Amino acid sequence: MTAPPGSASTPAPTGELPRVRVAARSRRNAELALLLLAMLVSAAYAATAEANLLDTVTFDFWVPIVSLTAVFLAIHVVVRFLAPYADPVLIPAVALINGLGVAFLRRLDLSKANPDERADLTMFSGTGGRQLAWTLLSVALAAGLLVLIRDHRAISRYAYTLVLAGIVLVITPALLPAKYSQVNPESDAKLWISVGGFTIQPGEFAKLALLVFFAYYLVRKREVLSLASRRFLGIDFPRGRDLGPVIVVWLISLAVLVFQKDLGTSLLYFGMFVVTLYIATERVSWLIIGLLLFFGGAVLAWYLGSTIGGPFASFYTRVDIWLDPYGDPYGTGWQTLQGLLGLGTGGLFGTGPGAGQPTEIPEVHTDFVFAGLGEEIGLFGLSALLVVYLLIIERGLRAALAVRDSFGKLLAGGLSFTVCLQLFVIIGGVSGLIPLTGQTTPFLSAGGSSLMANWLLVAALLRISDAARRPVDSASPARPGGAPAGPPPQLHGATTEVIRP
Amino acid sequence: MNAPLRRVGVVVMVLFGLLFVNLNYVQAYKADEYRNSDYNGRVQVAEYERKRGIIEAGGTPLATSKETSGKLKFLRTYPKGEVYAHALGYKPVNLADTGIEKSENDFLAGTSDQLFGDRVRDLFTGNQTAGGNILLTLSPRAQETAFRELANNRKDVPRGAAVAIDPSTGAIQALVSMPSFDPNPLVDHDTEKAQAAYKQLDAAENGPLKNRALSETFPPGSTFKVITSAAALENGYEPETRIPAGPAYLAPTAGQEIRNAVPSICPQTQVTLITALTDSCNTGFAQLGVKLGADKLKDEARQFGFEDDELAVGRLNGSGQKVAASRTGEMATPDGNDDPPSVAQSSIGQNNVRMTPLQGALIAATVANDGRQMRPYLVQQQLGPDRTTDYYTAVPKELREPVSAEVAKQLQDMMVSVVQNGTGTNARISGYRVGGKTGTAETGGNSDDHGWFIGFAINSAGKPISAVCVFLEDAGSGGSAEAARISQQIMRAVIADRGGR
Repeated sequence: MTAPPGSASTPAPTGELPRVRVAARSRRNAELALLLLAMLVSAAYAATAEANLLDTVTFDFWVPIVSLTAVFLAIHVVVRFLAPYADPVLIPAVALINGLGVAFLRRLDLSKANPDERADLTMFSGTGGRQLAWTLLSVALAAGLLVLIRDHRAISRYAYTLVLAGIVLVITPALLPAKYSQVNPESDAKLWISVGGFTIQPGEFAKLALLVFFAYYLVRKREVLSLASRRFLGIDFPRGRDLGPVIVVWLISLAVLVFQKDLGTSLLYFGMFVVTLYIATERVSWLIIGLLLFFGGAVLAWYLGSTIGGPFASFYTRVDIWLDPYGDPYGTGWQTLQGLLGLGTGGLFGTGPGAGQPTEIPEVHTDFVFAGLGEEIGLFGLSALLVVYLLIIERGLRAALAVRDSFGKLLAGGLSFTVCLQLFVIIGGVSGLIPLTGQTTPFLSAGGSSLMANWLLVAALLRISDAARRPVDSASPARPGGAPAGPPPQLHGATTEVIRP
Repeated sequence: MNAPLRRVGVVVMVLFGLLFVNLNYVQAYKADEYRNSDYNGRVQVAEYERKRGIIEAGGTPLATSKETSGKLKFLRTYPKGEVYAHALGYKPVNLADTGIEKSENDFLAGTSDQLFGDRVRDLFTGNQTAGGNILLTLSPRAQETAFRELANNRKDVPRGAAVAIDPSTGAIQALVSMPSFDPNPLVDHDTEKAQAAYKQLDAAENGPLKNRALSETFPPGSTFKVITSAAALENGYEPETRIPAGPAYLAPTAGQEIRNAVPSICPQTQVTLITALTDSCNTGFAQLGVKLGADKLKDEARQFGFEDDELAVGRLNGSGQKVAASRTGEMATPDGNDDPPSVAQSSIGQNNVRMTPLQGALIAATVANDGRQMRPYLVQQQLGPDRTTDYYTAVPKELREPVSAEVAKQLQDMMVSVVQNGTGTNARISGYRVGGKTGTAETGGNSDDHGWFIGFAINSAGKPISAVCVFLEDAGSGGSAEAARISQQIMRAVIADRGGR
């Protein structure tokens, strides 16, 4: 329930609010200090990598890291003025991972370049340089989003526009001829729109657009989805006709799997939807239905892959490799096996930045960046990295808990869980926990689309956390309550808790 | 909505927990397996990080490592090319290693347990010491003479082999297989080039990759008469004992009679044993063999080293290049009794008798060394990376004692008579007691006969200096005389290498 303005002395009955209220300080200086620390770590990584690769640290090794620092400081300033109560941990955590990613990609460029050309590698050359440029652009976009959207509820006004755009983005690569939609000739996944040397991965953006729509749709429909039910085995199951939306999304996911041959994205969309549905309705039955549909779909895909092949064949092969990494060591299993060997070579402490041979792993700059980094920073480094990711996700969930409107809760919860699921799918795939499905590792993998989409996601979390942590009495003056930015009326009074009959 | 959000938080923790546990499994529990996996290209790079030790003989470096600028830091080079190829073997990047390079790999690479101390020292000093060095027993002058004389033999035979052994120790002085090959292209760091070079050699006419000295067996012809003579002397015969001979001999149940090489050889009904050997009297030895019986023949051959499946030439504790077992073959009828035609043929080294050139040299060496057969070896010494620490020095070991010293002396006299008065006059060296036995083996079909010579040289002090076996495959008539000439050249080279002593 949204607390009415001016009632600061009487906390709203949402359990989380009192704790948040006490901590409701801006903490922007803490953010600045953490950010500088994060960039120091990235700079240390870049310097050590050069020391190991070139036997010397070049005079201008700090240029990429300092330009990153400058742009991160810029978004820090934007947040200081436009979202003063935003969570102070989000930007430093993301900056650390982003900085390490740029440093690692640049390190890959250095080891691939001829020894005599290494020192002359300019700031924006190679994969690392492009990643740096994309980061600058992504952060600018994220800042732009913060400037444009002053109240996260305003996003819901564009829900239908966004879902339309999202669906177009999802299906475009599937409809395009392979020439324009397949970047990697060795993989048959059709995930890209590639025109004249310029490539975007629309799925990364579609993810965000779909999530905004899910949140908007579920806030409106949650009453009927959660109330009308039949009891079976002590669990409330929804009525048959209310299963419509989940079936539709399931079918979309299957279509992605079949036409784009991309299990990871398909799993991501479906997981995203089921979890937001669960958060909205508080019904465990949705999770059960979701899991049954997912595993049913996976087993079916595996079975179809073993019998008719076709679009399911690649999934079947992936499962085979997962079950036995040594099964086809020089063929289909080469990449997965090399990833595992890289991780194993790193061991507990890793070889140190620049001292490993991550280039032994195919696609180490995209899907397998985690394995490449794991060889150099070891189990301890990767554990720390996982904790930083966990921090981002948990901070997002905290914002969801603390924010007072349903749309914000669903959006922040859904976005956080999306990051978690994506990480689980790709890291689990690389480290052999689950069958490998291609996904980018957020903020780490080389790729502009992924970076931009994930920075937009962070901007949304910043905006929501700002609303969550903002003291209620100062809410009205801080928000430039212009009429166009106001939330749609039907979301205004929506309750955040389910009213049980 | 907060309750499900908290539960989603728990799910996030569980998923990250799974990732963390799996990373521990991959990077800690399985780390060693992955780090040392055959599929891990880093193993190779690490192997080439350390300078491989030198293989040398008599002060001549035969295999060295030189630094390169490539990914693999050291390139193996064989300065003497094809002269030592079959004795050394080679150590390629991706193909199988062979010979001494294979059997002494751990020591040369510096990874053997013996060199543990050096590796620990490296940890503290930060140096990367080279691997250990191997000193071979080969006499460079004898090896080069053997190679040159075989390659330029006067019968223009393309295939053959030569082995020289120090009879009193078993140290191998020369080991040549013809045709030979240049191992350098095989160890090229460009693995595709190396692969192509290997394929070309493998398919080449005359099979240069075959080690005819150690790994191939051939019918020994009349050289086997030394074994038959030994069996006779062990069973009560004396060199002066008269045995039945004649221009032709038809064994019981045989379809074809055995004749002598030329009618002038032992046409009389009886000759002494020493005359029979001196003139290589086929009819005499065939009848002698039939009289002695298959069991005694086979037993004598076994005592000289036939049927030995275990012998390897390298270090004396058994590691080294495997030697093919020489065989006497079956000489029995299906019901288990002696088959006289087979026994008769086998007694003169035909039928199913097969012998390696090394075995031929061992027979001569045993006779020269008063009946004691020393275990042949190729590795004289293992020297540490510092070239002063001695990790192993060969201590000659007796392998077996097939005949008594008395019988050995009688065999020496008989074989000396062969070189003085008989078929082996080409082997004479003034000032030395040279004994030997020629062999001309029918190979069946349309091929020419093999030419053999086994022999020894004893100095004026009564000390055996060298025992040799020279084999010329499909040499035709006069092959054994040419083999005797080459043997003489090799023994002369050994004498010269020892400073004429």
